[in-house]
This record gives sequence, C-alpha cells and structure tokens, in this order.
Amino acid sequence: MSASYVSDEMRGVLGLRLSKRQSFPVSASDIRRWAIAVYWPADPPRLFWDEAHARTTVHGGIVAPEEFNPFAWMAASKEASEAKPISGPNDSDLFEHSLGIEGPGLSFQLNGGMSVTYGVRMRPGDVIDSESILANYTEREGRLGLMLFTETEDTWTNQRGEVVKTTRQTLIRY
Amino acid sequence: MAEHEALKVGDSVGSFERATGFDNWNRYAAVNDEFVPIHMDDDAGREAGYPTAFGMGTLQWAYLHNLLRDWVGENGRIISLSCQFRAPNIKGQTVTAHGTITALNEIDGETVVELDVWTEDQDGSPLAPGHAVVALAG
Repeated sequence: MSASYVSDEMRGVLGLRLSKRQSFPVSASDIRRWAIAVYWPADPPRLFWDEAHARTTVHGGIVAPEEFNPFAWMAASKEASEAKPISGPNDSDLFEHSLGIEGPGLSFQLNGGMSVTYGVRMRPGDVIDSESILANYTEREGRLGLMLFTETEDTWTNQRGEVVKTTRQTLIRY
Repeated sequence: MAEHEALKVGDSVGSFERATGFDNWNRYAAVNDEFVPIHMDDDAGREAGYPTAFGMGTLQWAYLHNLLRDWVGENGRIISLSCQFRAPNIKGQTVTAHGTITALNEIDGETVVELDVWTEDQDGSPLAPGHAVVALAG
C-alpha cells in the first residue's frame, strides 16, 4: 500500500485549468426535450415549454431545468491542454495526463458525487461558458485500502458574465 | 407567507416517483448524449458486476431536482444541491425521490429551507442521498 498517491508534481497542478468550453446558443427545443426526458412519462411543467405561461412567472419567460446540460452532444468550442496522450475517457489518470503530468495509475474509479451552487437560470438564446479546474486531492483509508478523492470545480457563466452554477465533482480512485 | 410559517423541521416535502428502465434511460441518453453500454445493454451491466444495465447517476440527480421544483413551485428556487451516488439504479426498480426539512431560516426576507434529500428503490434502500438548500417565494 502506498503512503500517499499524491506526488509533489500532482500538488503542483492544483488550481490549474482542465478545460474551457463554450456552448452553442441554447434553444427552446433543447430545453423542452430535456424536460420531457427527465419528467417522462408525465408531461413536463409548462415553465419549460409554454412561453405565454412562463411569462406570468418570476422568470418572465421559459427557463431551463437547473440541471440542463447545454454541452451535450457537442460544444461550440473547447480548449483542453493534452500534454500527454490520453488513452480515452476511461483513462484513470485523465486529469493528470491532461495537465501534462503522471497520475497515480490506479485501477478503479467511481463517481463519488457532486455538489452544485446555482446562480441565474439558463434561458433560450443563452451561450454558456464552462471553465473547469483541478480543485483538490484528499486521501482516506477505506475498506479497499487507500482511496484518492479528486475534486474538480466547473464554473458556468452566461453571455452577460453572470454565474449560472458552480459544480464540484468528486472522483474516487483506488 | 402564512403557509411557510406552518413549516417545521422534520416535515416531508413529498415525493417524485418513477418506474425505471430503458424507456426513461434511452430518453435521457438522447438529450444528454449519454449512450454508454452499461446504461443500454444488460450484458454490459452484468460485465460491470450488476444484474442488469443500470441508469445514469445524472438522471437520479434530475429526479432530485424534480422533487425540489415541485415543492418550491415555479417562483421558488434551488440554491444548492449535493448528492452521492451510493448504489446503482438497476432495471425495473421504482425510484422515488424524497426530502425532509432540516432547518428553516429567514434570510433577507426569504424563507430559506435546508433539506435532507435522497432517492431510494422500492424496498427503501437509498441510492443517492444528499442535501439541498432552497428559497421559497415570498
């Protein structure tokens, strides 16, 4: 068992940007279809598809469900440093490799969970920017030995610079 | 509002329930571009160590949002939400999102409510427990 999976090189890249993306303009159709999928088989709330109704709410028009993903299918632009070859989306050292360093080379990875703080709602016509950083490493001894918890922080802003949401996601590797 | 004054710690905020399987997962895959074999193919689910294919964690996440949106109404808002994915949503499960109030505060004229939230299967086993903060419309 390793005393620590976190190398000096890994500590040195904390806070660095993992990726920067910009969405295509959000369409009312994207929002409606998302809402249909997450509420199916019931009809989704009118706020997500009926502009006349949505105007009567505090939102003043259609907004997207908070968890809507404007980056699904394709981003309009994407910048990611890939200083070392990445074997694919299941590369367990994806974060470290994208920052040009060696990772811990662990065999297993799990989505440990997510935590989101919301700002303004997304609306038809919005263009969303995403900037993701490597936020933190922590380690904990578990049933399966030493486990590495890697936190990323992804901040989304709209075309007016207003924060839409900040997401902290935890990847567990062991 | 008077209805907010009646709220108290320990109150349930209702539930959001769905029978789950390929009908919901394929629709969600279609909007989130999430065509991953473990969510589409029982053989792939079994290879990963589960009895069937299993649903997306992000759909559990959406069900927690649906629960909160139904409760706060169109003019309320979700301030924050967190959850951990503890167990997979295997095919055929009925998944229900629940929430209970853990704290109530008046902040800048708003009623801000903290909640324990979670999804569970039909036997009451938790799938994705978490915590939420919402603001109710005044």
